[in-house]
Amino acid sequence: MTQYLIRRMLIAIPTLLIISAVIYAILALAPGDPLSGITTNPSITPAMRETIRHSLGLDRPWYVRYFIWITSLAKGDWGFSLAAKVPVAELIRQRLPQTLWVVGLAYLIAITIAIPVGIISAVKQYSLFDQAATTFAFVGQSVPTFFTGLLMILLFSVKLHWFPSIYKSTLQVTDWTSFGQQVQQMIMPVAVLALFQAAAIARFMRSSMLDNLPLDYVRTARAKGLAEQVVLVRHVLTNSMIPIVTLIALGIPGIFAGAIITEQIFRVNGLGELLIRSIQSSDTPVVMTLTFIFACLVVFFNMVADILYGVLDPRIRYS
Amino acid sequence: MAKASPIAETGISLDAPALEALSGAALGPPRTLWGDAWRRFRKHKLAMIGSILLIFFILTALVGPIVYTTSPAKLNFKIKMQGPSLQHPFGVDDSGRDILARVLFGGRISLSVGMVAMAILIGVGTLVGAVAGFFGGMIDNVLMRITDMFLALPQLPLLLLLTYLFRDPLNKFLEQLGLGPQTGIFILIVGVIGILNWMGTARIVRASFLSLKQKEFVEAATCLGVSRGSIMFRHILPNVLSPIIVSATLAVGEAIILESVLSFLGLGFPPNTPTWGRLLFDGQEFLPLAPHIVIWPGLMIFLTVLSINYMGDGLRDALDPRSRL
Repeated sequence: MTQYLIRRMLIAIPTLLIISAVIYAILALAPGDPLSGITTNPSITPAMRETIRHSLGLDRPWYVRYFIWITSLAKGDWGFSLAAKVPVAELIRQRLPQTLWVVGLAYLIAITIAIPVGIISAVKQYSLFDQAATTFAFVGQSVPTFFTGLLMILLFSVKLHWFPSIYKSTLQVTDWTSFGQQVQQMIMPVAVLALFQAAAIARFMRSSMLDNLPLDYVRTARAKGLAEQVVLVRHVLTNSMIPIVTLIALGIPGIFAGAIITEQIFRVNGLGELLIRSIQSSDTPVVMTLTFIFACLVVFFNMVADILYGVLDPRIRYS
Repeated sequence: MAKASPIAETGISLDAPALEALSGAALGPPRTLWGDAWRRFRKHKLAMIGSILLIFFILTALVGPIVYTTSPAKLNFKIKMQGPSLQHPFGVDDSGRDILARVLFGGRISLSVGMVAMAILIGVGTLVGAVAGFFGGMIDNVLMRITDMFLALPQLPLLLLLTYLFRDPLNKFLEQLGLGPQTGIFILIVGVIGILNWMGTARIVRASFLSLKQKEFVEAATCLGVSRGSIMFRHILPNVLSPIIVSATLAVGEAIILESVLSFLGLGFPPNTPTWGRLLFDGQEFLPLAPHIVIWPGLMIFLTVLSINYMGDGLRDALDPRSRL
């Protein structure tokens, strides 16, 4: 067991290193100058440009620069944003709470809706509920999140005036009124994200339950005289949850990616919006750090999913 | 066997009419595996509707701009943001351009991006999966590590990054070669989507190859002296076609969504190209005044991907080797 854990964790580190190398290589190979703002400025002489280059270390060979970048990331020095003139870590610290709130809530709601729906859908297969749920899951996965978001804005903000369409990031939750306002402005982005994830999870939950229901041990449990409820919850559900738990763990980086789009539509000032803005303004330090953070998320949750799968399903551990 | 000695001695020849007469029942047309799959597919109502819808969309994308002659680029500020009318069935956008025409042109681009990205994805995935599954051992190990590496890459951030960084340089480079300005971006988007998404197919193909390479027909082929490449692609691969077809169908849907996400974030095709995602990006600021600008392209993306998904689901059930209908 510990061997399995250690193996999984050890694989994560070289993976991260290679991904950081890939990110670095992409940005290093890309034509275009990170200092383009300065190079086109006529009041800076070529000599000054060289000094700036030298002070930023841009004239050293790429492997040295890569090594410096990696070691500073590890030490906690995440660079300095060219556009916002503040350290990248500061930018991230400001925006992380918004993203975490929206993403976290959305995922929790998605799981709370999807798992029961999936279970009932599987137990009452081909019933009206099942057909409706499957259709919902299909539709939910086919609609791009930005379209759902725009439709929601159209319906709830423009026509019904229930929720604001623009996220006011300066809103401080100090009393019930402001809390109500915060809830109001978060409902739509959370709903959009939750819908998409719930569709995927519900589908998998249903098929996982359907895989387990015809198996022999369920028949034995029923033959022993156990109540259907007990059979379902204590036997079938626990076995069906194994792939779902890993799926949930694997879906977390995905929901961060989905948040990139949602934050654009609803103007939530989170990490996703920061990424887009820095890409468009060629703010290389921010882009590199953010992409690396996303990559870390993916690697970390892949590892968590693997470990969870090993913990929950003994067959995997010993293979 | 039909011409066994006792029967041959009697002088009766056993062709179809004779057999029919003998057995007293009509023999139906011969059944093939593909025919069986088609029959199972036909039973899936939603899949049939999805496929018909998809074929309809493909046809309109191909033929539409020829039949519907209104130009997608003609500006007409006098009627800007007008809703649907007889002359402009989908309305006009903020510069007076006809939306139906733009949606039709956008359909061509979106669908072709989807198909070509799928081709790249399936090509790379099948190759990697086949080689890994067939050779096993160290090659399999290395290829699976590479697959895991690619799986760990954050897809959307890298997609955005690669498109943004290499869009203009690739364009300029290809313009020098004489190709149109959009070819560069097309190749870039299609290539990036393909490179970041082949891993699922590779895994499926590898799993199938691992199980099929133990079968006797492979052993027989090896004994006959068939080369390994031939065994992989002429003997084993045709048996793996079913999951590849399903994977390919669903991949088109994913590619279309990814391309529209890219365009929606402003990082896809150049500004005036009417891809569906771009139409949404352009139209979102006019949402309160003229929602039709956003609704039609969004609806098209939704319906296309939905029909692809239904068709893929139907194919998966139809091509499942375990069903015995």
